[in-house]
Amino acid sequence: MTDQLRGEVVLRVNGVDRVVNLDNRTTLLDALREHLRLTGTKKGCDHGQCGACTVLVDGERANSCLLLAVAVEGRAVTTVEGLADGDELHPLQRAFIAHDGFQCGYCTPGQICSAVGMLAEVAGGLPSWVSADLVAAPELDDDEIRERMSGNLCRCGAYAGIVAAIREVADG
Amino acid sequence: MRAFRYARASDPADAATLVAGEPDAVYLGGGTNLVDLMKLGVLRPGLVVDVSRLPYDRIEHLPDGGVLIGGAARGGRVGRDDVLRRRYPALIRALLSGASAQIRGQATLAGNLLQRTRCPYFQNTTVPCNKRDPGSGCSAIPGAHRDLGVIGTSDHCVATHPSDLAVALAAYDAVVEVRRRDGTEVLVPIGDLYRLPGDTPWIETVLEPGDLITGVQLPPPPDGAVATYRKVRDRWSFAFATVSVAAVLTADEVRLALGGVAPKPWRLTATERLLAGTDPTDDEVRAATRAAFADARPLPDNAFKIELAVDLVAAVFRDLRPVGAGR
Repeated sequence: MTDQLRGEVVLRVNGVDRVVNLDNRTTLLDALREHLRLTGTKKGCDHGQCGACTVLVDGERANSCLLLAVAVEGRAVTTVEGLADGDELHPLQRAFIAHDGFQCGYCTPGQICSAVGMLAEVAGGLPSWVSADLVAAPELDDDEIRERMSGNLCRCGAYAGIVAAIREVADG
Repeated sequence: MRAFRYARASDPADAATLVAGEPDAVYLGGGTNLVDLMKLGVLRPGLVVDVSRLPYDRIEHLPDGGVLIGGAARGGRVGRDDVLRRRYPALIRALLSGASAQIRGQATLAGNLLQRTRCPYFQNTTVPCNKRDPGSGCSAIPGAHRDLGVIGTSDHCVATHPSDLAVALAAYDAVVEVRRRDGTEVLVPIGDLYRLPGDTPWIETVLEPGDLITGVQLPPPPDGAVATYRKVRDRWSFAFATVSVAAVLTADEVRLALGGVAPKPWRLTATERLLAGTDPTDDEVRAATRAAFADARPLPDNAFKIELAVDLVAAVFRDLRPVGAGR
């Protein structure tokens, strides 16, 4: 039982264990940005409503603003910085460029991390609210992409490009 | 945010030990609601006990055809389960209608059941709210109550329970497994889990301090049941229900639960009695649904929810009863 209000936390980010000393109040988002200097993950609303802070935790999408960093200890965190393979961009990163899937770019890291998690959900058979058939393998049309990405807002309104980029990668 | 101590429970007994004698302790599951309320200053725990890694994240398919979903199971796992998708469609549709994929991916089943109202006055610490600050008054009744409750409410509170999933669980007659602090297990039918506000709106459930929801038992759906979940909301995705309905129908049984209208998932028992074993017309469905609102307490800006609920129940009967089956 700890009486401490802060302590050392081992965060596994993009495959590397990082030890940080954190106040228990620190969110994963603030730990990434302010302590690990991984500023790709963006702070938008800080209340789980905009999706700019989306990362993957054990492969599942998460709003990093709503996770206490101390509670994420030992779980595998993937940020936008962890998607590329050296200089080789992730296919979704390339597709966002090719399809103008952004304007100002602020929501983009969250959009891309979210899309990575979303494609894995589809591959795993997870239906969505707009899936007519809950049992069959989901077919990723534009309505499905929009529904599944509804946790990521884009104030520039680059949605048409975002949907096109994701569809291109989903279609292989 | 108030500074707090953090402890990760190593096993269920450890969780109970950690919170013993700690009146301002809270359990942490996915944190998607709790952490937000802590940021807003609505909740100010001194100790956060993380129960998300306790061995309650399983989904067990029982020999009788029922399913046990662990309290720590996150939404992605529930939504991917083949048996749930095949046999409990209203449950899966309700789950998938709630929040965003990010929130569903982290939120646990137990946390979903115990999430707090999204009444804007509850979330705003600068205004009175009997649920947040007992005795301070209800700002919603004379204020912006358009999204709030029309039945089961009181003069002290008109908040609604925001969960979609709980509405479907109510229609499936789910039973909540609770581990008491002394290690004993009690079973609470979901209809008995929540308390109506009365003059103590800050007491929301029958749970005692230290009680831990370890799982939810789903009985097998009735033979030949058809089921669905419909939800009306102000935008197409990522929004709470204005009104929603979970329906489980067989030739002789009708189960209907509403979301968005009450402080808890609201079973329409009067409607169910009137319609069970009948082959009702649209008008009969509507009349039977209105009958369940005899004790409603609508406010000026949310009275529309009653007719909306009537429309929704009529719609699920159209969806689920094949064309030509009615008169």
